[in-house]
Amino acid sequence: MNQSFFSRNRVPVLYAGMALLLVIVGVGQGWSVALSILNLCLISAIMALGVNMQWGYAGLFNVGVMGFAALGGLAAVLVSMPPVDEAQVAGGSGILIGMLILVATVFASTFVWRVFGKKKSTAYWMVFGVIAVGYALGRVFFLPSVDAIEAVNPSVSGYLGGLGLPILLAWPVGGLFAAGAAYVIGKVALGLRSDYLAIATLGISEIILYFIKNEEWLTRGVKNVNGLPRPVPYEVDLQQAAWFQQLAADWGMPVTEASSIFVKLCYAGLFIVVIALLMYLAETALKSPWGRMMRAIRDNETASAAMGKDVVKRHLIIFVIGSAVIGMAGAMLTTLDGQFTPVGYQPLRFTFLIWVMVIIGGSGNNWGAMLGGFFIWFFWIEAEPIGLWLIDALTSFMENDHPLRLHLMDSAAHMRLMTVGIVLLVALRYFPTGLIPEKTARKA
Amino acid sequence: MTGGYGSADILHNCTIGVEKGEIAVIVGPNGAGKSTAMKATFGMLNLREGRVMFNGEDITSLKPEERVLKGMGFVPQTHNVFTSMSVEENLEMGAFIRNDDISGSIAQVFDLFPILKEKRKQPAGQLSGGQRQQVAVGRALMTHPQVLLLDEPTAGVSPIVMDELFDRIIEIARLGVAILMVEQNAKQALEIADKGYVLVQGANRFTDTGEALLANPDVRRSFLGG
Amino acid sequence: MTDLLNALVLLGNFLVVPSLTYGSQLALGALGVTLVYGVLRFSNFAHGETMAFGTMFTIFGTWGLQSLGVSAGPLPTALLALPLGIAAAVALSVLLDKSVYKYHRERKASPVIFLIVSIGLMFFIGGLVRFIIGPGDQIFFDGTRFIISARDFKQATGLEEGLAIKMTQAVTIVTAVIVVAAMFWFLNKTRTGKSMRAFSDNENLALLSGINPDRVVLITWILVGTLATVAGTLYGLDKSFKPFSYMQLLLPIFASAIVGGVGNPLGAIAGGYVIAFSEIAVTFAYKKVVTYLSPESFEPESLVQLLGTDYKIAVSFIILVIVLIVRPTGIFSGKTL
Repeated sequence: MNQSFFSRNRVPVLYAGMALLLVIVGVGQGWSVALSILNLCLISAIMALGVNMQWGYAGLFNVGVMGFAALGGLAAVLVSMPPVDEAQVAGGSGILIGMLILVATVFASTFVWRVFGKKKSTAYWMVFGVIAVGYALGRVFFLPSVDAIEAVNPSVSGYLGGLGLPILLAWPVGGLFAAGAAYVIGKVALGLRSDYLAIATLGISEIILYFIKNEEWLTRGVKNVNGLPRPVPYEVDLQQAAWFQQLAADWGMPVTEASSIFVKLCYAGLFIVVIALLMYLAETALKSPWGRMMRAIRDNETASAAMGKDVVKRHLIIFVIGSAVIGMAGAMLTTLDGQFTPVGYQPLRFTFLIWVMVIIGGSGNNWGAMLGGFFIWFFWIEAEPIGLWLIDALTSFMENDHPLRLHLMDSAAHMRLMTVGIVLLVALRYFPTGLIPEKTARKA
Repeated sequence: MTGGYGSADILHNCTIGVEKGEIAVIVGPNGAGKSTAMKATFGMLNLREGRVMFNGEDITSLKPEERVLKGMGFVPQTHNVFTSMSVEENLEMGAFIRNDDISGSIAQVFDLFPILKEKRKQPAGQLSGGQRQQVAVGRALMTHPQVLLLDEPTAGVSPIVMDELFDRIIEIARLGVAILMVEQNAKQALEIADKGYVLVQGANRFTDTGEALLANPDVRRSFLGG
Repeated sequence: MTDLLNALVLLGNFLVVPSLTYGSQLALGALGVTLVYGVLRFSNFAHGETMAFGTMFTIFGTWGLQSLGVSAGPLPTALLALPLGIAAAVALSVLLDKSVYKYHRERKASPVIFLIVSIGLMFFIGGLVRFIIGPGDQIFFDGTRFIISARDFKQATGLEEGLAIKMTQAVTIVTAVIVVAAMFWFLNKTRTGKSMRAFSDNENLALLSGINPDRVVLITWILVGTLATVAGTLYGLDKSFKPFSYMQLLLPIFASAIVGGVGNPLGAIAGGYVIAFSEIAVTFAYKKVVTYLSPESFEPESLVQLLGTDYKIAVSFIILVIVLIVRPTGIFSGKTL
């Protein structure tokens, strides 16, 4: 009886379970902590959704997630930060010319490629030549401008700044940046088979990250961009507002804590709106004839190609849309953080974490991917305190400064890496279809 | 034998056999189950009913590798050589289950297929279609099998090469090896056959000597183009 | 004339020798990856962490030997401790194969699934290594530091530039040559080695020939564990042991294997040197070399770099991406998936 209830109502039951876990954390570790986790869960869920679109609808194994997320974060900076006029005057024109040369080079090389297309080897050399010339020329304009920009007040700015627009705009703009990059990458790499595509996307993502980490004139590189504007109130402002002080008193908690919770709730609200919108769009698309066609293509590429569907073009569309979602999530993440930290984008670990989310959640199923996002992020964060608590309990019989005990306590963080690995392996073996498997059209 | 790849039977009470030094050929239209019959003999699919006998022994339950040990050799239709390895290495791999000195056997194969001796160091993948078939057959011969199963050995080769291959096959049979061959080129195959089996839809339709089948008006009309 | 020599020495010291060293390390790593790809037919993302694991045990062995007062004279003691590291890495690989990979092999899972499984193992082994030895730097090099120091060279030749050869560089190159030669002998001259090549070439035919698949898999993991430990130890001796750097090495290693032609051992080695050389050559500051080679008193203003030094690792990715687009089978035509 329990079994069939669970399988029939799997989705709500699992989500209820997830909510329960968060409540437990709220009670045990404080609501502020619980809400922080919730917010990051929501963002992870969005990223997992984007990845799931690419995997579930098109069978594309995109391991370059961090690159797209970083582009979204960059959008947040470029849209919302105030412009640094001095820098723009000093180097803006040079950068612009450099960009134009870059674009011209790209067009020139495609043109040359097409002209010499017949003779492959000559074509390669010609394109190489064009790129070399473009590169050298571009450097002439680029480098002095870069130096000029970075020389402007390096400790505070040393970069171009942004457009000074509201930060919420950065979210769709982040999606656009990522979509643009995805278009280029997709055009180039989508012909490759799955293993190679994975490595190609990882490689390109690494290149994007390198660019973001090192081009200080644009991103401030290792110095980070702090103090990003917010879409929600600041805690200090809340604490000084009379209406809020009254609210805190009603809730029966100190004003500082209440303000922090309020801010987090605001973010959560924003994020939930975005997720709801995305889920609605995604589910509608899935059930539409277009969605059915995409899944048909995924399930049997050769047959679909034989029927005249342009598989690569369809894949490109999915790749771009999925990446846009990831980019938007990246912008949201940077907004939540309030700062843009280029060196913080650790490609291997977090990219694979998102993949674990998608797989555990149920590859191909949107609700599953979201749940996977929640679930895995929750355990990633809680694994350390749980691990510490566990080790503390297990070694409580030792003296407090016993070397083994100390070593184990220090290593609790690494337990979490091992745990995620084991969870993934167990899932792949015993639950290969994930917690919420994809609903197939016919019931077996 | 009765059986197939899954729930549907392809072979229906089909019987084939070959004696030492004999050449038995299985022909028939496409989809008749020729390759299936061969694969069943070699143990690459399970029989629902029936059995495979070898030297009076029932080997139906043995896996293909085990049948090789008993004395069967098999030359698949495609992917029948190690393309990245040299001709000589291919022969060495053919003799993998043997523990004794194989140089004598290699010499024998080179006698049979002189051109392989010339190209012994070349990767098998660089040889022509006909030469590759020779490597494939040579590889199977390295275990000195008593029965050699050939799955469409002349598929995709030119007529001249086909004649040469058939000449070699006759020579191998003269050495005392029983040859069971599935062939698409029915006419030429039956010309060298001691026994012929015509399969239609998985069952025996005609069974006779090669000569007789060639002369049979029904057979000629249906499969040999008059 | 002296200017030319100085320029050559400069290139040799900062370009050629480091490239040969780093290239040897990458080549050994790429060999391990390409073996798994050729025989077991999947991209093994756990290879970096396996290298860390084996090296970790080599370090333990080194500490043990050092505390016992054993040393290898001018050579690093770690070389004596290598067998322990190799044994540990091999044991780990075989154990994980039996408990994890085998299940999916029996179910004929797709290569992508194997890749994801290897990622799970990457997390697991990585966490394990950090758990046991901690995430920090470990320097376990001992013995003579320089075979030829820059100063000695300058004194001997009277040139302005010095060519230094560190012990670790020489050990790396020599060890790599020995290991590669042994591998090639094994693969081309022994029955078992040939059976592995056959298995990698055509699995069905290999099975038909009586080649035992379990044995092939076992030997593959033994070789992979050995290669991983040797590569990891050489890298750790040369730079230092830090778990994170092994995860980072994964991508240049994959780049080497793919650029050379994945599945092809010769390709892995060539790829290793190509990647290493490119990384260093493209980000090298040629200013001084240009100064030496050009007519009197001409000194370039900039550093004459193709790409900034920060872009070093990005170079291997750029090359990898270009190869994947232009010639996916690599230089030596390995397999495509």
